[in-house]
Amino acid sequence: MTKAEQPIRVLVAKPGLDGHDRGAKVIARALRDAGMEVIYTGLRQTPEQIVEAALEEDVDVIGLSSLSGAHNYLFPKVAELCREKGLDVLIIGGGIIPPDDIEVLKQAGVAKVFTPGTQTSEVVEFIRSRVRSGG
Amino acid sequence: MSNRDDMPRIAQEKQAWEEGPLKKVLDRFPERKGEFVTGSGLEVKRLYTPLDLEGLSYLDDLGFPGQHPFTRGVQPTMYRGRLWTMRQYAGFASAEESNRRYKYLLEQGQTGLSVAFDLPTQIGCDSDHPMAAGEVGKVGVAIDSLQDMEALFDGIPLDKVSTSMTINAPAAVLLAMYVVVAEKQGVDRRQLSGTIQNDILKEYAARGTYIFPPKPSMRLITDTFAYCSENIPHWNMISISGYHIREAGATAVQEVAFTLANGIAYVEAALDAGLEIDQFAPRLSFFFNSHLDFLEEIAKFRAARRLWARIVRERFGAKNPRSAMLRFHTQTAGCTLTAQQPNNNVVRVALQALAAVLGGTQSLHTNSRDEALSLPTEESVQIALRTQQIIAYESGVCETVDPLAGSYYLEALTNRIEEKARAYIEKIDAMGGAVEAIERGYIQAEIQESAYRYQKEIEEKKRIVVGVNAFQAEEEPSLDLLRVDPEVGRIQEEKLERLRKERDQARVDDALEKLERTARSDDNLMPAIIEAVRTYATLGEVCDVLRKVFGEYKALVNI
Repeated sequence: MTKAEQPIRVLVAKPGLDGHDRGAKVIARALRDAGMEVIYTGLRQTPEQIVEAALEEDVDVIGLSSLSGAHNYLFPKVAELCREKGLDVLIIGGGIIPPDDIEVLKQAGVAKVFTPGTQTSEVVEFIRSRVRSGG
Repeated sequence: MSNRDDMPRIAQEKQAWEEGPLKKVLDRFPERKGEFVTGSGLEVKRLYTPLDLEGLSYLDDLGFPGQHPFTRGVQPTMYRGRLWTMRQYAGFASAEESNRRYKYLLEQGQTGLSVAFDLPTQIGCDSDHPMAAGEVGKVGVAIDSLQDMEALFDGIPLDKVSTSMTINAPAAVLLAMYVVVAEKQGVDRRQLSGTIQNDILKEYAARGTYIFPPKPSMRLITDTFAYCSENIPHWNMISISGYHIREAGATAVQEVAFTLANGIAYVEAALDAGLEIDQFAPRLSFFFNSHLDFLEEIAKFRAARRLWARIVRERFGAKNPRSAMLRFHTQTAGCTLTAQQPNNNVVRVALQALAAVLGGTQSLHTNSRDEALSLPTEESVQIALRTQQIIAYESGVCETVDPLAGSYYLEALTNRIEEKARAYIEKIDAMGGAVEAIERGYIQAEIQESAYRYQKEIEEKKRIVVGVNAFQAEEEPSLDLLRVDPEVGRIQEEKLERLRKERDQARVDDALEKLERTARSDDNLMPAIIEAVRTYATLGEVCDVLRKVFGEYKALVNI
């Protein structure tokens, strides 16, 4: 099977101390139901641990979820570490993220931020459109 | 509810109605849906009649308010005597800033404080811990030592307010700090009233701020039970919480079942530790969610009260009627708030708050309209508090006790929820109890399943969310949002550095050493924790000693 035919691999991660994982788990399951391979990190991951796991698992996408207000620190840190390690992955985010912060996170390398009310199908479509389109 | 003699006649007439007028209407105008269900998926019939309550006994199943099984409420006069406590959960950034917000809320007519702690505090880390980066002061106030606690309650007389603290894994430490602050204010600890959440089981199952493994965590909890029973008689030493279980996706039935199953586990742990049921059970309190299905939620509160009363009396043989009394705090459902058209959330919160009041809550937090976007602004918090005041003073629902009792639907639903929750509890018992069920991941899996189903229903439009999957607006109005000062982290770090220089280190070391010895023994930990915080040992230092002795919990990761 060539890389283009393999299922898309996604790491769903909870950076920081936030314990709200309903969204992360629902997304993880929806992506899996859509045919992707999903790894969920569990709670309380440092940006370093997340990037380490992304490397190890050879993922195409990192999905970050935070509802604790620490996204402005944690999401850019993950993006920065990915660049440092030469890891070319799509980074997306979700959670309670005020509109003004979304632009800042985009500048920092988070391709898209999904806020409450997002349909899981939108996330699936977005990932498919950006990773090995058609994969 | 009618006389049993009427039943055959009612059944006969009902059949005639169904075959006659009803059928005629249905033939011409089919109903909106093939199947009607509650927000939690329980079947809802077209019509409820006395036939649905055939086995119900008024005296055994409902009784009188303030009397077993407390279905109609825990006080004989309910809100005719005293309204519920309006308690808005608040706290952010530094202790000084939170102190200003508390004083503002008290001036606005709020009657109790509810402290939100930031995440590093909740998992027993100081603000300068590497894991705390980016989290200090974000979802609540940062408390590193007694010094912060003194600032938090500066000018607030602790014998005059009741304080609820949302703290779990390190609850004993924060309670110890509160006790010492009271002492410094010259307030007798017997006069203190308030609550610590202290409910670790739902942290493993749904909320995520655990530190230690279940066994030592249960010991910390029973130590606080024993200490409070003896020293702080008016303190609610635990708030057994369904709120977060529901927020994580559980249904109403699961919320009742898992919460009461956890309650059973705490009671059993306390009994094993040598406490008497009637010595501590009156100080157990509960915390529920008020979700969107208005009538189902009211039934849920009533069912939870009745089921707990029966468990405490039948299973644990309590003699004191107060032991069987389920007193609870309610918060409206944060997970039902939408980021789209946020002003609509004011209406959702009002309905949920009304359900809590009709369900007989003892205290209430109403969420703010902007919470799907950020922490609430002062203006949004004020609307949320005003919502409670309008219900209390203008709606008229507080003028009689349990006004919806006797509604055929409501009573049938109350029975249904009790019955289904009881079945779940039996299943959990068969697994060996709540601790075992959580360690196996059973409860987490059940909650996840419900959460996923809920989301799918929204996406398939089986569940309508106004402004999200129907009635969307072209343009979203923008709200002013609250921003937390990013400097808090730095300020806390500086405070800690100064504190560590200025305090009497030898005293701190002694106290921590004594704490470690106590942790390794079977003695109650509370006195040693109180002595440690009094020397200004930090929260992180105290928890590190306990981590060393108890180890840390490793969660089961499963999706």
